[in-house]
Amino acid sequence: MSQRVDPSQPLAVVVEGLEVALATGGRVVAGVDFVARSGEVLGIAGESGSGKTTTVLALLGHFAPGLEMVGGRIYIGGRLLNGLSERHLRSLRGRLISYVPQDPASALNPSMNIAGIVSEPLRSQSAVSRETRHVAVSSALRAVDLPDTPRFLRLYPHQLSGGQQQRVAIAMAMVREPAVLVLDEPTTGLDVITQSSVLGAVERLADRTGVAIIYVTHDLSVLSEVADRVMIMYCGQVVEEGPVADVLRNPRHPYSRGLARALPDLHHPGTLRGIPGTAAGPTERSIGCVFVERCDLAVPQCSTVRPALEVLDGGHLVRCTEVHRLAPTLELSEVNRDSSASERDLLAVNAISVRYPTRAQPLIALRAVSLSVRSHEVVAVVGQSGSGKTTLARAIVGLTPPSDGEIVFDNQVLSRLTRRRTPQQLRDIQFVFQNPYLALNPRRRVRSVVARPAQLLRALSKRDAYREADALLDLVRVPQALRDRYPWQISGGERQRIAIAQALATRPRLLVCDEITSALDVSVQAAIVELLRDLQHRLGTALLFVSHDLGLVANIATRIVVLHNGEVVEEGPSSQVLEDPQDAYTKELIASAPSASQTASPEVPGEGRTTR
Amino acid sequence: MSAASASRTLISYVSRWRSGRVTKVGVVLLVAVVGLALIGPLINTSSPTAFLGAPLSPPSRDLLLGTDILGRDLLSRVLHGGITLISLAVLASVAGTIVGVSAGVLAGLRPGRTGQVIMRAVDLLLAFPAIVLLLVLATGLGPGPTTVVIAAFIIQLPGAARVYRAATLEVANLPYVESARLRGEHGLAFVVREILPNIARTLAADTGNRFTVSVLLIASANFLGLGLQPPAADWGLMISENRPGLYQQPLGVIVPAVLIAILAISVNMVADSLARRDESL
Repeated sequence: MSQRVDPSQPLAVVVEGLEVALATGGRVVAGVDFVARSGEVLGIAGESGSGKTTTVLALLGHFAPGLEMVGGRIYIGGRLLNGLSERHLRSLRGRLISYVPQDPASALNPSMNIAGIVSEPLRSQSAVSRETRHVAVSSALRAVDLPDTPRFLRLYPHQLSGGQQQRVAIAMAMVREPAVLVLDEPTTGLDVITQSSVLGAVERLADRTGVAIIYVTHDLSVLSEVADRVMIMYCGQVVEEGPVADVLRNPRHPYSRGLARALPDLHHPGTLRGIPGTAAGPTERSIGCVFVERCDLAVPQCSTVRPALEVLDGGHLVRCTEVHRLAPTLELSEVNRDSSASERDLLAVNAISVRYPTRAQPLIALRAVSLSVRSHEVVAVVGQSGSGKTTLARAIVGLTPPSDGEIVFDNQVLSRLTRRRTPQQLRDIQFVFQNPYLALNPRRRVRSVVARPAQLLRALSKRDAYREADALLDLVRVPQALRDRYPWQISGGERQRIAIAQALATRPRLLVCDEITSALDVSVQAAIVELLRDLQHRLGTALLFVSHDLGLVANIATRIVVLHNGEVVEEGPSSQVLEDPQDAYTKELIASAPSASQTASPEVPGEGRTTR
Repeated sequence: MSAASASRTLISYVSRWRSGRVTKVGVVLLVAVVGLALIGPLINTSSPTAFLGAPLSPPSRDLLLGTDILGRDLLSRVLHGGITLISLAVLASVAGTIVGVSAGVLAGLRPGRTGQVIMRAVDLLLAFPAIVLLLVLATGLGPGPTTVVIAAFIIQLPGAARVYRAATLEVANLPYVESARLRGEHGLAFVVREILPNIARTLAADTGNRFTVSVLLIASANFLGLGLQPPAADWGLMISENRPGLYQQPLGVIVPAVLIAILAISVNMVADSLARRDESL
């Protein structure tokens, strides 16, 4: 990996002192320098608002409305981009530099077949003959490990798996053989096994074609698999940069350390810790170090003097004056996996099946799945997308009625449908949805959202319900200032806390959490998981935690149930499932999970659904 | 989300400025036309039905717009002729919206048998061309304002029900609505709390549309002689009455036609900007 960085390779990207500002004056990108060599994968990591996307879009000469490049120089493949007209820039995109957006499904025209999609960028050049086009398409597809058979070329995007769709999008970007390829969160939304196949393809792509790849992500563990060098951005600045192994295993900047601690790791489960506070907006940043407000190492001069990037050993750069005060390695507190759960089953799911009626043949989402959750226990359900884990969670609360089997809660058989369940049954089981952006009624203020379930199911008066809501919002640490706002005025992490508070307002005995952190930044994700663990300890609520992220699950669950194609393939105490998996699928899942502590990427044979 | 949110605020600022201008123009036009129609009858001009001069005489100092085809004061008829049109249109569109929302939301929330029955009934109504329905009703009930209102109401029902059903379907399975079901929310409270506020945008845009359709329909009914009867002053009726004299005295047709057009356009401008004003959804 890092040995592949060859100083003799030409510099494909040179960025000097890039500054991008809002029309109102705040700097979104405040002086960023970096280079990327041909054949290298440079990872740019940072959370929402770090300026990473603005930085890479600047490479394409593109700026979001209201943003303007106010300083610096950008060279791509030796050409200076500054001062080129929009028309000229457009002609360079695709030829010199290509961009692959985040969501593969929306990047591909659903009415065109693979051949049409991949050759689309060539269409603007009228001089290209049919044969040349065909050869270019074939080689682009092979470069991302896709077949170039006539059968495959005739397929449409919806006939491909998520991983294949993403690789087609990459092939489309590669068809004009650009010098630089920018990938913006290309594996967000893919499950681990698919993700791992895309990452493998990306890494080999750089080797085979010598393209310089800039890989933007918020997920450090992904970079451990794919990148040669990593650059960590915070508030529009590079705070740390260096070879991947150095930066991820031995982060030096306090922010990078915070990120590493917030990262769930399968091989080193420990208490996850979020980074306190939130990143400052572009107009409210300190004149000193941008991280000073959230830093636990800060000394007075940090807020007045902006630190420079200092060179440590081996090409490792850090923007922190207090770096020598840090111990060189991180210690992680070991998670207590002892089950303090009682013996009684609170929830018993007995052989439920869910069929979705389709025209051809019913799609079986769950096949005779059984599981149990005891009081005060945390059970995780893991599996990749399509494994039926969300269907299972929804069946338990009655949103997706099962066609067979029964759900027993506290020795009562529950109705298949939510609306036939008694108020007491509704109170006892609550649900937290995956997407915090859609889980709260946008027309209700936060306090009202949280108070409502208590009013409805616990028959509290309005005043008592609001008092209860305030207590719950204290518990989930939502600041007072946000409580009279509408959900759409609030960030995703805060919204998920509110959704948790809303679910807790009925005082449930079982909380079903469906992928509740998958839409959030890592440091926010860590804070939410930390919060759930804390709540679980304090309130004794049993948790059914549905996730695709084994690292995360290792941090919270006492027992793990592995689902694959709608069936339970393995079940047992967390440590046993993670350390000594019995089923082949579980082993594959564990091997594919990216882990920042293990930078060598495991080889993964294939992906869940292939058309080959 | 510094960069993206910054650009978002900028975009919303720009669009608000733009829609602000549209809103202003729309409100000014709407207030002018509705004001004219409401205050018109109170202005002490000559009677709209009195014969005051030679038919189709051009504007003069006494008769500012001249006379119509029967020699009545055109200005006075214009001032008196808007209020019935507007009130009938309001009546028809409010009724259409209320019934349409109820049917549409119910059909959207119960996509099973209830929804199917409602939507097929709606399709049945859709099968009648508007003018045919109007003629049938006029034959049955006799021409008159009641007939026109009932016809306008029935004609808009299918469209309203379809639009609101589609809007309801869009939100019915969103997590926050499911979450309301999980806390046992039901009945009218459920609709009022979870559904209606979240389809309000569609509601705003569509209500404007309903009103415009009603105005045009009622004006055409009056033009065809199925609504208000002569000698009543009415913008729609005036167009049909004065049509034969279009060349001698064009104002008799142009003034009411332009007023109807301004009414229809301004209502849509206001409704549209109301629907767009809300950036939260």
